[in-house]
Amino acid sequence: MTASSPPTGPIVPVCDEDAQPFYDATRDGELRIQRCVDTGRWIFPPRPLSPFGRHEPPEWTAVSGRGTIWSFVVPHPPLLPYFAESAPFNVIIVALEEDPNIRLTGNLLAREGGSLGEVDPATIEIGQTVRVVFDRLDEEWTLPRWVRV
Amino acid sequence: MIKDQTAIVGIAETPFSKSLEPSEKTLACQVILAALEDAGIDPSEVDGMSSYTMETTDAVEVAKTIGAGDITFFGQVGYGGGAGPGCVGHVAMAVATGQCKVGVAWRSRKRGSGVRPWASGMYAQPSAPAAFTRPYGLGRPSDEIAMLTRRYMHEYGATREHLCNVATSIRKMANNNPKAIMYERTMTREQYMQARWISEPLCLFDNCLETDGALACVIVSAERAQDCKQAPALIHSFGQGLPSQSHTMTNYWCDDPLRGPAYTCADQLYRNADIGPGDIQCAQLYDAFSPLIILSLEGYGFCERGEGAAFTEDGGLDLGGRLPTNTSGGGLSEAYVHGFNLINEGVRQIRGQSCNQVPDCEATLVTAGEGVPTSAVILRKAT
Repeated sequence: MTASSPPTGPIVPVCDEDAQPFYDATRDGELRIQRCVDTGRWIFPPRPLSPFGRHEPPEWTAVSGRGTIWSFVVPHPPLLPYFAESAPFNVIIVALEEDPNIRLTGNLLAREGGSLGEVDPATIEIGQTVRVVFDRLDEEWTLPRWVRV
Repeated sequence: MIKDQTAIVGIAETPFSKSLEPSEKTLACQVILAALEDAGIDPSEVDGMSSYTMETTDAVEVAKTIGAGDITFFGQVGYGGGAGPGCVGHVAMAVATGQCKVGVAWRSRKRGSGVRPWASGMYAQPSAPAAFTRPYGLGRPSDEIAMLTRRYMHEYGATREHLCNVATSIRKMANNNPKAIMYERTMTREQYMQARWISEPLCLFDNCLETDGALACVIVSAERAQDCKQAPALIHSFGQGLPSQSHTMTNYWCDDPLRGPAYTCADQLYRNADIGPGDIQCAQLYDAFSPLIILSLEGYGFCERGEGAAFTEDGGLDLGGRLPTNTSGGGLSEAYVHGFNLINEGVRQIRGQSCNQVPDCEATLVTAGEGVPTSAVILRKAT
C-alpha cells in the first residue's frame, strides 16, 4: 500500500509482534489482555515488558468481556469508503470491568451479528453496560465489538 | 537553565492559502531566508537547524540552498503538532550551551493541496495503538480528539456553546488579520451551530483549516539579539511534556486521560520561569481542534481543572478578555501549519506588531498540541 492509495474494504489491524496475540485470541473467540506477572496489574495497549514491578514479559490473560461505555463519537463523512457506507456510525470506548483504566475502542452493535450504523446514536450514553461480541471479518481477522446488556 | 539567554530575532511566513504553487522545499528555503532578512543576519551565519520529524524538507537540502555555513547543531522534534515550540526550545538550548550561534526552526507544509494523511495508506501504519483503534473507524485526528471531548463534556458539563465560544473568539481575531485565510469570513453563533458534523460532538468549525504555507524563525543569544534589526522576543522558559503512560492522539490508556501532556509541560515551563500564568497577557494555544484550547487553559494553569469551558464565556478569549487567545486567528482561522503560526504571532505580540495587539504585552505563552507529546515556550520582552 502506498501513501496515496486509500483502502477500500474493511480496515484490518496492522499488528506488530506486541499486538498480534490480542487478535490471535479474538480469532479464537476470546478477549485477552496483558497482565503483569509480578504485580497482577492489567496492561493495555500491549508492550514487550511490563512497566510495573520487575518488568517481566506480561502474560496474555482472558477477561470477562464486560464493561461500560467511557466515551463515544459519531463520525460523519468525509470518511474512508468502508466507513462512509455506514455513516453516521458510532465508535465507543469501553472501560473493562476488571480495570476501568483498561479502555478498548470498538463499535456498539444493535445485536450480535449486526452491522455498523444500525444503532441510533441518540440512544448511546456514557456509563451504559456492554458485553463483547466477536465479528469475524475473514479467516484471519475477528474484531471484538459490543452490544448493550 | 536557559532562562532569557536566547531570543527569537527573525520571523517570516509565506502567504497562506488552500493551494500554493511552489514546492514545500522552495517555500521552506524562501521563508528561512526571509526570517534571516527580518533579523538582519546573513544566511552564511546559520549553524543550527531544527524542524519537525514530519517535515519533508531535509536539513541538508535546505542548508545547501539557503547558503548556510557549517552546521554544528541539527535535529528534529516528533509528534506532529506537538513539535513547534519544541523546535524553538531545542535551538535555544543549543545556542545557550554553545552548540551553535544562529539557529533556524521552520515548518513547510502543503496540507491544503496535498493528501489528507488519514485518507491515505498511512491510515493503517503498523503500531500497537493504531491496531486497536483504526479498524473500528477511529481514524481521523478529529475522531480521536472528539472522543476526549465527549468525555470532558460528560465529566464537567461543558457544551457545544463553549466550543462555539472558542471558534467565534478566534474567528474574530482572524477578521482583523489580512493574512488570515478567514480574514473576510465572519462567523455567527448560528452559523457555528448549523455547521455540518465531522465527528460528533465536533462540527466543521471545531476543526482547523487545511492550509498550504511555511514559516520560520531565527534564534540567537540574547547578547547577539541586541544587534539585530528587530526587538528581541526573549525565550524565557521552555518545556516539553510526555506524561507517564500517555499516548499520541489516542491518549485514552493512562489513568487520567483528561490530565493531558499540557500539565507535564506546564510544570516544567513554570518551574524554570520567573513568572506564572497570571503574568501572561495573551496566549497562543495550539488549536487544531477547538476543545484543545479548553484543555490547554486548564493544563497551563489559567484556571482550575474543569473550569476551562467557563473561562471561554463572556468573551474570555477576546481582546480585552481574561486571556486574549490566538491573536492572529490560530489554526482554526488564520492557517494550520502545525502550529508554527502561533510562534510567529507570539513574537509579534512581544514586538508590538500584532494585528490584534495586546497593549504593553510583556509576556506571551506559545503552546504545541494537547493530546500529543507536547512543548511550549514563554516569550518575554527584553527589559
